[in-house]
Amino acid sequence: MTLKKFAVTFALGSIALLTAGARVSTAQSHVNSPDPLLGTPSVATETSQVNGLTGHAEEGKHQYRRFCIGCHGPDGNGQGMNAQWIDPQPRDFTEATFKCRSTPTGTLPTDEDLFNAITRGFVTTNMPSWRPLNPQQRADLVAFIKTWSPRWAKEKPGAVLNIPPETAVTIESILHGRELFQKLECWKCHGPEGHADGPSASTLTDSKGNPIKPFNFSTGERFMCGDSNRDLYRIFMTGLDGSPMPSFADVIQPNDAWDLVHFLRTLQVALPNNQELTLWQSYKAAHGKDLKPIGPDSAGGAQ
Amino acid sequence: MSTKFREGANPMNTKWSRWKTIWTCAFLLIAIVLCDARAASALPTGKVMALPMFARKYGLPCSACHTAWPELNNFGQVFRDNGYQLMNDRDSPIWQNPSYFPISFRITPSWHRESTTNQAFDSVPGNGDGLGVGTLTQAGFDLSGMDLWSGGTLYKNISFILLPSSDPTAVWHFESAFIRFDNLWHSPWLNVKFGRFELDNLISEKRFLFLSANGGLYQIYHFNVPGSINNFGYGDNQIGVELAGHSANSYTRYSVSMLSSNEGGVNFTTDVVPGGSPSNRTYDVNLAFSQAFNAPGPPGESGFGLERVGAFAYIGQRPTNFETELGTQLVGINNKPFYRIGFAGDLSYKNLELMPLFMYGHDNPYLGQFGVPAGSTLPAGAQAPTFYGGFLEAHYYFNPQNVALARFEQINVGQQAISPSVSGVSGSNGNITAVSFGYRWYPIMFSRAGVALDGEFSRVRTIGQEPESGNGSGFIGNPTAAVWSNSIYFGIDFDF
Repeated sequence: MTLKKFAVTFALGSIALLTAGARVSTAQSHVNSPDPLLGTPSVATETSQVNGLTGHAEEGKHQYRRFCIGCHGPDGNGQGMNAQWIDPQPRDFTEATFKCRSTPTGTLPTDEDLFNAITRGFVTTNMPSWRPLNPQQRADLVAFIKTWSPRWAKEKPGAVLNIPPETAVTIESILHGRELFQKLECWKCHGPEGHADGPSASTLTDSKGNPIKPFNFSTGERFMCGDSNRDLYRIFMTGLDGSPMPSFADVIQPNDAWDLVHFLRTLQVALPNNQELTLWQSYKAAHGKDLKPIGPDSAGGAQ
Repeated sequence: MSTKFREGANPMNTKWSRWKTIWTCAFLLIAIVLCDARAASALPTGKVMALPMFARKYGLPCSACHTAWPELNNFGQVFRDNGYQLMNDRDSPIWQNPSYFPISFRITPSWHRESTTNQAFDSVPGNGDGLGVGTLTQAGFDLSGMDLWSGGTLYKNISFILLPSSDPTAVWHFESAFIRFDNLWHSPWLNVKFGRFELDNLISEKRFLFLSANGGLYQIYHFNVPGSINNFGYGDNQIGVELAGHSANSYTRYSVSMLSSNEGGVNFTTDVVPGGSPSNRTYDVNLAFSQAFNAPGPPGESGFGLERVGAFAYIGQRPTNFETELGTQLVGINNKPFYRIGFAGDLSYKNLELMPLFMYGHDNPYLGQFGVPAGSTLPAGAQAPTFYGGFLEAHYYFNPQNVALARFEQINVGQQAISPSVSGVSGSNGNITAVSFGYRWYPIMFSRAGVALDGEFSRVRTIGQEPESGNGSGFIGNPTAAVWSNSIYFGIDFDF
């Protein structure tokens, strides 16, 4: 047997593999998809702008196929083959409704919002942090995600929320935040102690009718949309679209919002180096008996 | 004579049976491929694969962690560096369904053909003269060994791997077994691994894409200068403790390992096979560092991808003699040092991945002499055995399910254990040149199991030595001539 004969045999096998591989790749792209290629025709032109990078949907399509399709599906509707096992369910990109935004409720997020969500991932869900992808890959993915809904062609992202500088963390600020927590009825979902056990907690559903749990402040160190005080501020001022968490932008003044942030931090008993909690615990040690419990019996105010 | 014995050495080596075998296998393979294609086209789209125990746990597509299974991409590297955790506060097993059990197996049924030239065998089968010289060829269906993986987290930031592995005849050993304490003091820069594990190689031989006898190993990861008693292989798992760290995205990585000087052996023996020579009481050290960066593309276009470069150094000792009792070896003594240093890269240009590696090896002169304890007089011409070389491996990813492979490898002996002017042996004795080509197709890829069809051709030339693959009779016919060893391989690589 000569090397030439080896090579012929090997080449035949390789050609067979290549031919069949190409057939399957093409066939699989058709399944459940109106287009042989993933995404919509805007894949060819859609771009994103993030931190000086230009993302290209055509490149993002390849990233999507590799990293995202298993959960978000070939049609971007959150019905990937793994979706049936995932709770909470993957995002349906065809609705263009996103939880983590810097823009008002009901509006499209910015490219940077999507980029940050991909980078950060969503704690306690199956969506991991994709920080290991390089920034260009993430920007490409943002561009591709925008091809799933016609909203991106018709609308512009909402105006970015202006977050004023954080006010000082004082006991007065925390106490005022506690009042707001009572007044705005945050406790109905999140529970009086932030244990996600409020009277409405078990009834919550997302925009698709799937059961959803409120955030448990007592165990969670990070939020789904970030982990800083600014992120917490942004969460309740913009709301988490698609979830029962509303926007409070119209009912809270900026400084009041910081007070609420400071109180919410006191509920995070598992968070290390929590200065709000430290301050609150020392106050409670001295004045705990004077505090009205949070809940339905404190309609006149929590303090 | 040689023609006659080439034909007679193997009952399959008549022209008819040889071609019949090859064509039968080729048609069978094509039939399998086409059948799979039809079956796979009916499956849901976008299926990709990974080590299924992790894919099952997290519901992620396997291609999330692998460029092409089982090679890791950077996301997989970060996952591994984090102790097999996504860091989503759901990594601890307490969050898993109680029925989930972190176990995977992998095995590869195959057909392959191995052909090695310049082999010595009996001139007439059975006469025992060993005077025949020719090509030894074998072909047929076969099995790989089997990996029975278990791994994951014992608790948040405590991870483990247990990998019993068998050869094709089901003789088992522990390929890997370690516990790892992750993110000590909440820092990704401090992780401690304890047990038996793969060295922190930038280019892993344990997670690479070649499977054939000649192509399924990095020659330089197992090379030692002819005559050396050093049994070290950079690609072999070692036993000890490793301190490692990484940046949040694993662009920057380091590791420092302290390892027993016994080539990963257990029960105080060398190597993993029970009954090997006793180990000594010394330790080796492995150092590895790598840095990745993003390569920007032309203005207005997406970047080229992630580029990683790194360097490594292994400093070790091996015994030149043993304490004995009634002639039975007890403990290795009279240790002498050796080292391996090198650099490597993992470079991307869109769908093309290039992996270069260079290594230089140096042994103490005593390690080049069998039966000469350190301190004894070295034979005339004895010198420090050295070698240098490396490889360039290329992958082209048509998509996550199809990848073409190629590798070129060259190793040169820098300095023979005995000076050629004294021994008369060629200075090139032991040199290796190897090329491999392959193609892997993953007809189904999803987060429960994986299948890959693997086709390869590998060709290795060694000067005066048997090929590292072990192909051949174990005896060279003409010691001054090269040995060519070829592998043709078709395998169905699957794991669950």
